Formats: sequence, structure tokens, C-alpha cells
Amino acid sequence: MASPMCVGTSILDTGARKAPAAGPAEAQAGVPGMFGLPNVANPAAFCSANLGCGYGTDHAQDIKFAKGTTTLAFKFQGGIIVSVDSRSTMGPYIASGTVKKVIEINPYLLGTMAGGAADCSFWERNLGIQCRMYELRNKERISVAAASKLLSNTMSQYRGYGLSMGTMVAGWDKTGPQLYYCDDDGTRLHGNLFSVGSGSTYAYGVLDTHYKYDMTDEEAIELGKRAIYHATHRDAYSGSINNVYIVKPTGWVKVHAGDVNDMHYKLAEEKAAIAASRAGAEEKAP
Amino acid sequence: MDTLLGIAGEGFVVLAADAQVARSILLYKNNMDKIAHLADNKALACAGPQSDCVSFTEYISKNMALYELNNDVKLTTKAAATFIRGELAKALRKGPFQTQLLMGGVDKREAGKDEASLFWLDYLGTLQKVPYGAHGYGAAFTLSVMDREYVKGLSLDEALGIIDNCIKELHTRFLIAQKNFVIKVVTAEGIKVVRGPPTPDLGAAGASAEAAAVPVQG
Repeated sequence: MASPMCVGTSILDTGARKAPAAGPAEAQAGVPGMFGLPNVANPAAFCSANLGCGYGTDHAQDIKFAKGTTTLAFKFQGGIIVSVDSRSTMGPYIASGTVKKVIEINPYLLGTMAGGAADCSFWERNLGIQCRMYELRNKERISVAAASKLLSNTMSQYRGYGLSMGTMVAGWDKTGPQLYYCDDDGTRLHGNLFSVGSGSTYAYGVLDTHYKYDMTDEEAIELGKRAIYHATHRDAYSGSINNVYIVKPTGWVKVHAGDVNDMHYKLAEEKAAIAASRAGAEEKAP
Repeated sequence: MDTLLGIAGEGFVVLAADAQVARSILLYKNNMDKIAHLADNKALACAGPQSDCVSFTEYISKNMALYELNNDVKLTTKAAATFIRGELAKALRKGPFQTQLLMGGVDKREAGKDEASLFWLDYLGTLQKVPYGAHGYGAAFTLSVMDREYVKGLSLDEALGIIDNCIKELHTRFLIAQKNFVIKVVTAEGIKVVRGPPTPDLGAAGASAEAAAVPVQG
């Protein structure tokens, strides 16, 4: 019986799901081997009443949702930086450290993943389909505004059904670099700087303090890496590999994938070197 | 957490709304324009979850535009308010819109007698015509200020002065810091933005030049 746990992690780990068992297309409740809906009259109501999907709400229940994240994105002079961690947790257990939380919707559009892993993967893949359909119908790429609105329309449609998703849609269209925040209750915000997930407050702290619009690409990438590192340092539900993307007029480019643990020791050495040079300077000047 | 303020005078209505979008302990955005333009001379200030505000104001404004096209009649402010109330009441028993609204409008009458009206609405379908009103926690601080300072037939400058005093009081006594307010004035000639959503937004100073060009709640 496929529990939500198995579905979540196999999508999470590699992005390449094992060949699914053959079965009817429609979900049926309570039939062995079918998609696991609760065998009650109203599965949606049952789920929202009995299954907590928020932080700390699912520790006691058998079904634990894969989640726990720090993701961030910000606009600057050179485009948009998208930087994320890659840890997935199920309660206190680290389910994976190699999650791809940046979802490549098309060469000009990126989505980030926070909240329920299964919901994010599924609905952003679904968004990719809708964006491609738009392209085929209209012979031009979809704007970031329209793409994010498609996603928030989907979220509004399923509001109250217990979806868990906090995502940023970033891309470059005719109007330039654009960044939107969408979440499971249908909220859709246009902005310059967002961070989503359990570690977002830590990331905001570093980002808000050191952000400058006129940063070079290198400085902006460094800031994206730094903010994620500091968030993973303080937030137990974030960690492992830090993936960084930059969005340019020519589309997105993946610019970094590194272990935040390595970053920790590198930054600690840098700090120690600074402290040592200060101590040296003090000795010279009595 | 949102605050809406409104004062109706003779021939004008002033609407003010804070610019925050927040969830739990986090402030997402501090330059949100919560006052939608329903028509040339009708504005709707909307508080509540951003998703409900956007979908409800979009639904209302598009349906009003459709009604005008179908019937070749422009809705009066009262008719529009009644329509909005009806839609709120209709939605109440099937997943309501969690919105609190102030609608201001000015209907053209013979010269110098334009009729300005302000309506107070909530998600339960309450509709009340008021000379001045407020929504949210902010109402607890500002209604008394408006009670004290409002006089019938006040000038636009006096009304804007009262709004300023209300915002000052919120900044003095209200726990939640609502740094930015958007203020608009509705007259028969149209809607004037007295104070727009600020740029740059919090955090990312400098990246807001094009953000300002994005249409209201688009």
C-alpha cells in the first residue's frame, strides 16, 4: 500500500520516479493498490480534520509530511537570484539531503519548493504543463505574472483541501525580471525579495541586512549562498546542499551547488583569520 | 491585522488603508495597495487574507463592468454596495470571503451637489451607510478620534487631517507597526491617489522602479 510517505520521498530524492504500478487512472478510495485516499465518505474533509501538515503538527501522527525548508529569491541589478537548501524532514527524521527544491518550469521560469514536497512537485509540474500549453496556443512565452496567477488559481480552487505549498515563481519576460510569491491559501504577491520555509526568518535577517540593489552577479550569488547557510545553521529543518540559480535575460543558469557544511568551516576559517589579523594589529599598536 | 479608515464629506470620500501583507509573525510586503478602483468614481478598500481580497475585488469589479455593458446603466454607489452585500451573503454559507470592506463612491448630481456616500460592509453581509467608519483592530483606536473630530459638511483638508490624526494614534498606541498607509480620495471626477503605496518596498531598496508600474492587485 503506497502511503503518502513513499510517494513523497521517491519524488523528492531524484526527481525520477520509479515506473508506477499499472492501475486505473481515476483515484478510488479503499481499494488495495489504488491511490491512498482515506476510505470515508468525504476524504477531503477527513484529511483536513485529522491530518496536520503544519510545522510540529504531525509529529504524533503516523503519516508524516516531507517538509522543512529554507528558500529565497531576490531581484537585483543583474537579474534574480534563487537560492535554496535541500533537506527534507519527516518529523524529526531527515528524509533526504539531496532534494531539488528549485523546479525548472521552462528555460525562463523557475519555481521554488517549500511546504509539502509532494504538493510542490506535483503542482509545479502541473504549472509547467499549463505554461507549455499557453506557449503552443499563443506562440509566445507566458509572462511570469500569468504563470504565477495560474498557480494561485489552482491553489484557490483547492483551498481548504489541505494542500501545503509556499513557492516563489521567478523568471524573465517582456517586462524584465519578475518575482512572485504564491502559497496554498491562494495568496499571490509581487515583490523584490522573498524567503519561504521554516528557516525563512533567519534568511530574511541576513538578506535584509546586506542587500544592495547594485550588487554584481558574484556579490549577489554570494549573498544568496550566505543567507541560506545562516538559515541552515540555525534551523534544524534546513541543511545539506545549497543550490543557487541566477535568472538573466537569456533565461536561468544554475551557478552553484555546494554543501553548507563545507561552507560552515570555510566561513569559520575566514572569521578566525580576521580575528587573528585584528589581534596582530592590536599588538603592534600599544 | 489590517486597518481601513474612511470618511465621507460633501462631494468626496476619503479612504485609507495600511499597506501590509503579513502572515503569522512575518511581514511579507509593506507596499500593498488595498484600495481597488471599482469604477471611475467608486473605490473599495478591502481587509482580510490577500487571496480573498484579490479574488473578491476582481469578481466584483468585473461583474459590475459586465452589468454596465449588458444593461447600459451605471450603478449608483448604493446599488453597487447592495450588489456587493448580496454577493457576500450568497457566499456566506458556502465558504465565505473573509473580507472586511469600506466602499466609497460619489454620484454625479446637479452642479455642486454631488452625492458622496461611504458604506461599511463585512463578510457576514452587513451593509451600513456611515459618515465615517473603520475596520480591523485599528478601529478600536481611531473610531473615537473620528467621533471627536468629524463634523457634518467638513472640508477635504479637514477629512485628510482626521485621517492623519488616526494614523498618528495608531503609530502611538497600536502594538502592530503599520508603517505605510495608502490614502485615496473619491470625487465625481475620479479617484485621486493622495498617498500611493511606497517604493521601494521593505528590504530590497532600489529594485522597486518597475514594481511601482505593476497595476493594483494585478
